[in-house]
Amino acid sequence: MQALSGVNVLEFGGMLAGAITTKHLALMGARVIKVESSKRMDITRVQHPGAHSALIEAAPTDTFMTNETNLNKLDVTLNLRDPKGIGLAKRLVEISDVLVENFRPGVMDRIGLGYSTLKKIKPDLIMLSISMAGGTGPEAHYTGYAPIFSALGGVGHLTGYPDGPATEIRFPVDVMVGTTAAFAILAALIHRNQTGEGQYIDLSAREAASCLIGESIMDYTMNGRSRSRDANCDEIMAPHNCYPCKGEDKWISIAVKTEEEWASLCQAMGNPSWASEERFADSFNRLKNREILDNFISKWTAQYTHYDLMHLLQKAGVAAVPSFNAEELCSDSHLNQRGLLVVVDHQTLGAQTVFSPPAKFSLTPAKISTAGPTLGQHNRYVFGELLNLPPEEITSLIESEVIC
Amino acid sequence: MVAGPYCTKLLADLGAEVIKVEQPGIGDEARRRGPFLDDVPHSERSGLFFYLNTNKLGVTLNLGCAKGLEIFKEIIKETDILVEDRGPGALDSKGLGYGILSELNPRLVMTSITPFGQSGPYTDYKAYPLNSFHSCGEGFVTPAQNPFPERPPLKQGKYLGEYEVGIHAALATLGALFYQRATGIGQNVDISKQEALIAMSTAELSFYPNLGVVPTRGTRGYTVGGIMPCKDGFVEICLYSEQDWRGLVKLMGEPEWAEEEEYKDTSSRAEHSTEVQQLLTDWLMQHTMEEIYQQGQKLRVPIGAYYTPKDLLNSAHLKSRGLFAEIEHSELGRITCPTAPYKFSKTPWRKERGAPLLGEHNETIYHACLGYSKEDLATMRGLGII
Repeated sequence: MQALSGVNVLEFGGMLAGAITTKHLALMGARVIKVESSKRMDITRVQHPGAHSALIEAAPTDTFMTNETNLNKLDVTLNLRDPKGIGLAKRLVEISDVLVENFRPGVMDRIGLGYSTLKKIKPDLIMLSISMAGGTGPEAHYTGYAPIFSALGGVGHLTGYPDGPATEIRFPVDVMVGTTAAFAILAALIHRNQTGEGQYIDLSAREAASCLIGESIMDYTMNGRSRSRDANCDEIMAPHNCYPCKGEDKWISIAVKTEEEWASLCQAMGNPSWASEERFADSFNRLKNREILDNFISKWTAQYTHYDLMHLLQKAGVAAVPSFNAEELCSDSHLNQRGLLVVVDHQTLGAQTVFSPPAKFSLTPAKISTAGPTLGQHNRYVFGELLNLPPEEITSLIESEVIC
Repeated sequence: MVAGPYCTKLLADLGAEVIKVEQPGIGDEARRRGPFLDDVPHSERSGLFFYLNTNKLGVTLNLGCAKGLEIFKEIIKETDILVEDRGPGALDSKGLGYGILSELNPRLVMTSITPFGQSGPYTDYKAYPLNSFHSCGEGFVTPAQNPFPERPPLKQGKYLGEYEVGIHAALATLGALFYQRATGIGQNVDISKQEALIAMSTAELSFYPNLGVVPTRGTRGYTVGGIMPCKDGFVEICLYSEQDWRGLVKLMGEPEWAEEEEYKDTSSRAEHSTEVQQLLTDWLMQHTMEEIYQQGQKLRVPIGAYYTPKDLLNSAHLKSRGLFAEIEHSELGRITCPTAPYKFSKTPWRKERGAPLLGEHNETIYHACLGYSKEDLATMRGLGII
């Protein structure tokens, strides 16, 4: 038994944030049916420029991203330009609790799958729309991807070096939006189970980003100060940065808050004479002289590997963690022990390594049960077993490109 | 400081009755963090604390004494969800571990947020928000397009990673609550900040095990477009189709260079990427973010402006959406903060109250709910229990 066993979800739209939303629900045990079409495929099915040609030949519409973002899901293909396709979509709604879509605002209404129509078919439906700017307001129809809504949301401006440009943030913002959406859906499901009432949820991706910089927004509303990026700096802690280590592009993050931690760091460094200078005597002075301080510390850290430093400093009670890269994380002993990596067997891609769900439930574990589906992999199952269409009707719907 | 409080703020804002338990006289770390109203540092004037604790009730309780522990257990008996970020084993050592609490209340969902999770070789390792962000792989690839290759990798935003952990924790907590409502049985949820943040970056990290590529700060970016400077800031231009490019050319007033052979299609522009980026920059530098964003979007080009906090507050679109709300607070007055990114048709975001003062609801909870007399309260206050 999983937390969301028995919850049935439909996904439309083919963009990442929507796919991540339902991936979360699928990992917790919901049955998710992803609706796409060969004419309008999921955005991740487009091959990465770096993909090997042999791989593209073997799996023209599957990438490691398609697999990663669609774990545990069923996949059907429906032509939503055909009234029969819309008819089948409505039948899928009848057997669903939740519908997630991230077309542009207005598209679902235009094709006859708007909330006002669907709630007549399924009165307690929970429908959530994800769009860049939300379904209302003067910019509702504006278009964009993760780098654009992270820019508009204000997180890009607040990331980077003070004397450098703002920073583009991509995939994590999609995941953040998808996680926010999955949270909203669960809140609505709990409400529905209590009251029998479904509802519509309008989620704006750029607003989701803006809600994560609340303190910076309040500095403006309280004090009229519009903040900018501050690299790795903190307003009260120093040292508080990433420092170079032995090897190419290797770094360790060190953050010191208390006098005790500072003393431990000094001791680990062998109590060098510079550390007892007045300009580093207390937190206030260290903060004021942090650039000089960082120079001194960098000279020390550069003699060690980041792993050695982490163990050494952690043993001394100092918060020190490498700025890990992908290779290091995938072979890290702690994460291995926690079961980070899982290998799934994908129908066309073969063995694929994916990341296990982050939350560990003691009773109802979130888990990976199947690889991401290929395009239309579950047409026969969903239309045959779940909607009870006879096999010959499915064949004819495939031939007439309603299922396609 | 951020992750746990943001998790329960998300619940409180949707109507849950959240009781924040703080240490008497000291309170949450966020109370000592800015921004402070008028830059006057005071435990009731922190904007960070305010934002993370809207709609909650606040009590003080000393968990270092027997009576404090007893009261805590009394509260737990009436509670669906406990969210804690004390570090692995910290509540266990006070006799408040999940095993004991779940015996008192089998319905309890207990979510524990720690830097590296409740098990594994790093479980007792220390990490402040900076360390946690760099523990997940996303720091290593930030900033994209690597403007200064010799400089260190960066965190994102101010506390971005911590907020993101809070959302993951809230999602998992509601998953467990959904199950509890169906079965009457609670459970323990272990949230590792490192793993929650890894989940944010799986697309980037997957390159390594599946394609053998280690992404770096230098491997991200576009050949044409991406983040670009303009007259008063930066804009983001995503050119995914020929149509997007045609729109951009139109936005620039159909300059002659755009018709030249070497810029005719995606691959030829990629080949002459340096020249194209320069030509685009020359035009962008003559225009403001807002002009480029608004005019570009009118031509359906995927363009965004790198908004500052001030720009967000001035956005007509966000005003019409009601993203920001004024909330009344006894120390801060009427104060404006973001609400939520979702609009529920039936159960909207609520504006019940601002963040609680330290111990503001001691009387409500201890007297009105748990039945302690006012004399008891005075005694407990005198003894530093509340």
